[in-house]
Amino acid sequence: MIIDPKKCVACGNCVAICPMGAIHIDPVKKRATVNQDECVECYTCFRGMSTEHLNPTMVRTIRKLGGWFRWRFDPEPDVCPTAAITEQELTWPRIVRRAFSDPIVPHESTGVHGRGTEEVKTNDITNRVGLEEAGFTVEFGRPTVGVRFWQIQEMTTALARTGITFEQRNPVTSLMTDTSTGEIRTDILNEKILSAIVEFKTALVNVPAILHKIQAVAKTLDTVVAVGVSARCDQEGENRLEEILIREGFTFNRGKTNLGLGRPSVEMAQAHVNVG
Amino acid sequence: MTNTLHRYGNEQNLRHDFIVFAIPCRGYNDQDSVPKLKRFLRLACQYKPVNLGDGSHGSIYRPAKRLNPLAHWFRKSDPDFEAVIEGVNSPTTVAAVFDRKEPMEEFVAELRKADLGLSINISALIDRAQECCQEVGLARHSVEYSLGFMGRTDRLADRHVLELSTMCGHGMISFTFARKMIDWVKEGRRTPEQACLYLSRFCSCGVFNPTRAKEILEEARHRNS
Repeated sequence: MIIDPKKCVACGNCVAICPMGAIHIDPVKKRATVNQDECVECYTCFRGMSTEHLNPTMVRTIRKLGGWFRWRFDPEPDVCPTAAITEQELTWPRIVRRAFSDPIVPHESTGVHGRGTEEVKTNDITNRVGLEEAGFTVEFGRPTVGVRFWQIQEMTTALARTGITFEQRNPVTSLMTDTSTGEIRTDILNEKILSAIVEFKTALVNVPAILHKIQAVAKTLDTVVAVGVSARCDQEGENRLEEILIREGFTFNRGKTNLGLGRPSVEMAQAHVNVG
Repeated sequence: MTNTLHRYGNEQNLRHDFIVFAIPCRGYNDQDSVPKLKRFLRLACQYKPVNLGDGSHGSIYRPAKRLNPLAHWFRKSDPDFEAVIEGVNSPTTVAAVFDRKEPMEEFVAELRKADLGLSINISALIDRAQECCQEVGLARHSVEYSLGFMGRTDRLADRHVLELSTMCGHGMISFTFARKMIDWVKEGRRTPEQACLYLSRFCSCGVFNPTRAKEILEEARHRNS
């Protein structure tokens, strides 16, 4: 993202909006400036802020007069008065930043918006996580801390050594050069993104060992890691994962509950039968 | 929506926070999903959700791209439910946010009857979602548990800021902006209702809960984090 210096009036509204803190008012140029290395192309400023399209010269003059007289105008905090925030054309590898940071953009690898994962949200249809299995979502950089791919690789290589298999329909997996080692392609390792989710599943009995491994690696990373663990329930709607988590000392109160109301469309169900 | 999985808060202030969402499964039932997604949203509207969203286009509160300068004094901020419903034009995740359990349960019961064939999930306190399943007569199919944050948690913000910011799990509500809104409410420069509207516009999936946000801002006004 860039801020057009011809339009910017240095009102500072966009500074607080940026989740990465990548925008500041340059004291010499007197314009808002984006630190391109810290910007993750999340489009929060571009899309989230309202705009006015006012004449920049007029606004600067009014602001200067107001400043001399110490007038305090209390403008709306989510408005760019001159629509100065401007998209730039993104090329590889920078385009990866937007794919993982702008929730409006669907991931090419999965077709899903946001972080591009379906997890157990569609487990009633895919049965990806079966009975006696646990699904993991390990998310990096959330909330609003950010992460670089080389930090994610620290975790994926450590997890790969435990023998887990990464979920194929996952945007991070699609960027691995070797899913058996968890290595990610080298040309994106230094790219910074808002967040990404690594997904895999294991047998229920392996849950404690995997969770302790994640905890240990997370302590070495300069970012935040958010962990979700999921299980398929039995016919009574119960699962054994809860007691494992409690036994291992993990606390939880929130989660996502799949109600089991999904089913494949008739045509697709038939297609899957034919393929099978 | 992992977007809603790791909402920060305690049991007390999460008790009245429910997100019900529908998601088509790619390659299984996404091709004919648009009318069903719209139906989901229309049904939700009957139960007075506090927010509604489409993962591709936004919520009932959206930024305006051609604001009149008078908006600084007289800004129109009515929720636009119809824009969300009409905006669904491709397979996506749609969500309805409720601040009371009873209408949420009635909505889930209605969804069961409607038999859309889409995957329906409730993102909420686990025991509250389970109560809903029992009430409606459903057995949970799968559950995903949030184990919270690990690693450099010292890089996170204080409690009230985290509670506001994590209501958009995609990270579109920055810590700095949430802090600014808390400070503006404390200084009397904006009401909690106004601050909620500013924050809501940044959550592009529409899973931000303005009722809960207002409660957090009211609490923050009187207490230190």
